[in-house]
Amino acid sequence: MSFISLLWVLLLGSLLGLELIGKVPPTLHTPLMSGANAISGITMLAALTLIVKAEGNVPLLIIGSVSLGFALFNVVGGFFVTDRMLAMFSRKPSNKK
Amino acid sequence: MNLPVIIKFVIDLLAVLLLALGIKGLSKVKSARDANRLAAFAMSLSVVGLLSYYLGTSGIAIQSWIWIIIGSIIGSLFGAILAKKVPMTSMPETVALFNGCGGMSSLLVALGVAIFPISGGQENFDFFKSLINQVSISVSIFVGAITFTGSIVAMAKLQGWLSTPGWTQSKVRHFVNIVFAVASLIAFFDLINGNTSSIWLLVIVSSLLGIGVTLPIGGADMPVVISLLNSYSGIAAAAAGFVVDSQLLIVAGAMVGAAGLILTQVMCKGMNRSLVSVLFGGSLSAQSTASSGSGEYTNITSCSVEECALTLEAANKVIIVPGYGLAVAQAQHTLREVTKKLEQNGIEVVYAIHPVAGRMPGHMNVLLAEADVPYEQLKEMDIVNPDFPATDVVLVLGANDVVNPQAKNDSSSPLYGMPVLDVQEARTVFVIKRGMSAGYSGIKNDLFDLPNTSMVFGDAKKVLNDLIGELKDLGVGEK
Repeated sequence: MSFISLLWVLLLGSLLGLELIGKVPPTLHTPLMSGANAISGITMLAALTLIVKAEGNVPLLIIGSVSLGFALFNVVGGFFVTDRMLAMFSRKPSNKK
Repeated sequence: MNLPVIIKFVIDLLAVLLLALGIKGLSKVKSARDANRLAAFAMSLSVVGLLSYYLGTSGIAIQSWIWIIIGSIIGSLFGAILAKKVPMTSMPETVALFNGCGGMSSLLVALGVAIFPISGGQENFDFFKSLINQVSISVSIFVGAITFTGSIVAMAKLQGWLSTPGWTQSKVRHFVNIVFAVASLIAFFDLINGNTSSIWLLVIVSSLLGIGVTLPIGGADMPVVISLLNSYSGIAAAAAGFVVDSQLLIVAGAMVGAAGLILTQVMCKGMNRSLVSVLFGGSLSAQSTASSGSGEYTNITSCSVEECALTLEAANKVIIVPGYGLAVAQAQHTLREVTKKLEQNGIEVVYAIHPVAGRMPGHMNVLLAEADVPYEQLKEMDIVNPDFPATDVVLVLGANDVVNPQAKNDSSSPLYGMPVLDVQEARTVFVIKRGMSAGYSGIKNDLFDLPNTSMVFGDAKKVLNDLIGELKDLGVGEK
């Protein structure tokens, strides 16, 4: 992929991010922040790439593995904690049923 | 294009789409929970896509599998345990910790690639070949390090492990941070020039910069900083995307970066602070001691729990203003019992939620939802403010700055212009508070001096428990 097309990707991705959360009720600010935070752990893909490409270079494997650990800590913890928060909101439509 | 490339392309495209839908869905109450799961699914999908691509092309060595499994299991396990165990009141610092680790991950990837330029594979990964790679590695390290140390400092300060050192409130800190910033820039350009050894200098000074910038920031502004750092970790991820040549990483990182910026902006607005003053202004309390030093209370009325119960019993409409103090005392469940009793007596109860109640916007909603407070009873500030004149009793629980009339009346106040709840318009205001200490901003609260305000001193939970007892004695809530 050429650098220029990657820049396009960056630009369009940023614009998409700006548009996605135009108006959010304050209620959801904390869960949204936490959810977005979990998504930023997408660097786990970079860590995976590093490990796969390490070709037996042990120090690199270790760095990649630690990096993967940090990223997954962010991702798994982030999604779980967001779910925990949101579960509280969805609990009370009990009067519906 | 061969088959693995096409498959990866399709999966990546799908993952981006689902992630975008996920973020979008997270901004609506109804769809939020499903959206979060959708985003989680998209993330797993992206991993499957990446691994299947390498399986179909270069293959994945056993050794790599081992390290992948070790890293995944340890990271996921700790993340899941922390997420399950952490109390809801500590949510801001938890998000900060997760966020810092995301930054650390980007930092490590860039570091690994910089120290051990990998060759081989189909795309011929020779990272120091081109300027672009050097730039993206440097950016990734720089932003990643700031995100990591900044988030850790933010977490430590919110947890109370770190206080604000005195020197950070003086001008010295600007000098120190400028030195760090200049040093980072030098290391940055040195690295781009191909001098690999300056990578360590970059790591060290950008880490120090993260600490130096976050340390002086006062507690009240911390959520803004966390949100900003959250945006940074997106940028770090996007930079790492350039490093390993992954469009998916760039898109997702850019989306989080941009969305984080918007959220930061929204939070600043809610607190009447500009991003610049948050980052460079130092803590609010340091400024305010100078500007409103004449903060002596002259007309405090204190009253007993019994009186409070009597007034509540006679009321028709009660508005509760919960603040962080309530959450700290873990009293939201006790509060719910009190309001249940009142409701059984036919008294209308509403919760007034200031946009920045708690420690983060929306934090209070989460805490009250935890105590089973019906969602319909939570009213946002703009909706509830016109109701105060027709309200008999307002119960302020652990909130302070968000009910300070100074923000409307006193143009010299640092709070001036911040949107507040007009509780003083109600007939009677009870403020349940431990003592006369100032709020987060360190500013005197004019509300406490007003004739229709009575203070009920004590721990929120204890007062509420006593209140339940008194209400019981009065026969409130018995059928």
